Amino acid sequence: MTTSTTTPSFPAPARVLPPPTERYTILGWLRRNLFSTWYNALLTVIFAAVIILAARSAAEWALTQARWEVIGANLRLFLVGQYPAAATWRAWACVVLLALLIGFSWGIWGRSQRAGAISLGALPFVLAAAAQEEVRGPLLITGSAGLVGFALSFWRGVRLQRIAIIGWVVYFPLVIALISGFGGADSPLPLVPTNLWGGLLLTLLLTVVGIVFSFPLGVVLALGRQSGLPVVRSLSVIYIELVRGVPLITVLFMAQLMLPLFLSGATIDRVVRAMAGIVLFSAAYLAENVRGGLQAIPRGQYEAARALGLNTWKMMLLIILPQALKAVIPILVGQFIALFKDTSLVVIVGLLELMGIARAVLAQPDFLGLQAEVYLFVALIYGVFCYLMSAFSQRLERRLSTGRT
Amino acid sequence: MSESERTNEPIIICRDVHKWYGHYHALRGINMQVHKGEVVVIFGPSGSGKSTFIRTINRLEEHQRGEIIVDGIRLTHDVRDIERIRMETGMVFQQFNLFPHLTVMDNITLAPIWVRRWSREQAEEIAMQLLRRVGIPEQARKYPGQLSGGQQQRVAIARALAMQPKIMLFDEPTSALDPEMIKEVLDVMIELADSGMTMMVVTHEMGFARAVADTMYFFDQGTIVESGTPDRIFGDPREDRTRLFLSQILSH
Repeated sequence: MTTSTTTPSFPAPARVLPPPTERYTILGWLRRNLFSTWYNALLTVIFAAVIILAARSAAEWALTQARWEVIGANLRLFLVGQYPAAATWRAWACVVLLALLIGFSWGIWGRSQRAGAISLGALPFVLAAAAQEEVRGPLLITGSAGLVGFALSFWRGVRLQRIAIIGWVVYFPLVIALISGFGGADSPLPLVPTNLWGGLLLTLLLTVVGIVFSFPLGVVLALGRQSGLPVVRSLSVIYIELVRGVPLITVLFMAQLMLPLFLSGATIDRVVRAMAGIVLFSAAYLAENVRGGLQAIPRGQYEAARALGLNTWKMMLLIILPQALKAVIPILVGQFIALFKDTSLVVIVGLLELMGIARAVLAQPDFLGLQAEVYLFVALIYGVFCYLMSAFSQRLERRLSTGRT
Repeated sequence: MSESERTNEPIIICRDVHKWYGHYHALRGINMQVHKGEVVVIFGPSGSGKSTFIRTINRLEEHQRGEIIVDGIRLTHDVRDIERIRMETGMVFQQFNLFPHLTVMDNITLAPIWVRRWSREQAEEIAMQLLRRVGIPEQARKYPGQLSGGQQQRVAIARALAMQPKIMLFDEPTSALDPEMIKEVLDVMIELADSGMTMMVVTHEMGFARAVADTMYFFDQGTIVESGTPDRIFGDPREDRTRLFLSQILSH
């Protein structure tokens, strides 16, 4: 508060210096990171030897012994299962629309991500070059759709973000309608019974339906568990704990065998029953993760929202949930990845998704004993999709971070 | 604010307000009347119930006995009454409590848009006026995490004012601030008091109290020990506890 009356003698301000720069040559980097001490050097040599040996024998097997023709001959099965050839264009239409949407959204939200855009954009063309005649055309169309979507994002004078969000919301029911179809043989989109759905198509549908429905259900359950109303709270707790106490396989069996008993007479489609099982199971876990996010929100946020006159719904939707969900993005995506992989369990109830198809292919007399080739291929597909989900979540986190919070 | 200007009806009436936390008797019969345009400063040692009391005015804390009437509305369990009172009372917190996921502009316009149902254009126009008033219009597109504490608290004041409240409640608005930022917040509050806003302020800033308070209330152990004009409280404190407390906080 008081200022000194004598003239203060300030020291000269310190000079602003640039941070020290560190430059390495490749050799310098190697020396620093791999050969800094004698035991690090020893470890480097040993591991290098192991890696080289393993990689050499793996490459030798993959290039000379492996019978990759099993993949090519059954590619259709792996991708869509028994889905009728006459309707395959519908699955491709979904892929093309997806590419369009991704290209468009990338242009709006991710323009700075050049490396990712180029590698993802080039993927269909690379695959087309490598793939069989049969899928080359659709892959080229997919790649072009992605480019068209990206180009559309430069359109001026329209609310691009709104269009993109509407596009994604409409996309999901559109996919279901396209894949399933309706009416008899004379309708423009003849019905394809779900027992013909299979392969990657079925895996992705189970996953997407699982995520789209279990997410809101999980949020509602998490809010229910925090609710001040005792009935709502105990129902939520009972549901969550009950489901979490049971393995997914049990839930799937229950959905297959018990659901028809409860709903006396009414027959529900087998795939729909599996989807219901996955949704109900996943929702309980999601609810617990979302609850973790809710508990991380300081009391002051609730108080500030209430003091402004927001009612409970607006407070939750505008203030609490956006922050809570943002805080648990990595956990939620981790769970979606787990859900994606867990869909392979529906093979137990007789559905032929990617893993089921793999088994069916291996049962063909022509391809007996080719487990390594088939399962490696399946693993590659799972790996690519899981990596994409993981990369997307990291991107989302960075995008939503608003400095220190 | 002269005496004659607030001969009107009291805008806040508290009669025999009690509050318990479990068995702990936090508020022990508070009586207070605040008139339109009056600036009330509440001070006292920590644990004296002053924060609890100011939070009962907009029902962030529930009182369990007595009555509180704000702008003619009696505080009960009726949720709609509570929301009406909250629309008319702005509150500023010690820890700012800005919404970290929203920009400064969105923090300020959220309630006007979602509670008062103004158009976004109208809300943003008023928000910019308020940001100019608190001296940080250039920060509108930043996030709270990018601002200093003093700037955040000024945004919080603008956010509360955006609802055009009749009453402003301040719960230790400068206690979490670094010393060099206290003044910028107090200046905004002084300007607000001069503009005729009805204010209830829990604070230990005695310079502020002397400058703008109409009435000061000294709280201790859940009761009002003493009240009066700043001149009277500082010049002639009648209770020993008041005198002791004032000597403690004014000495340093």
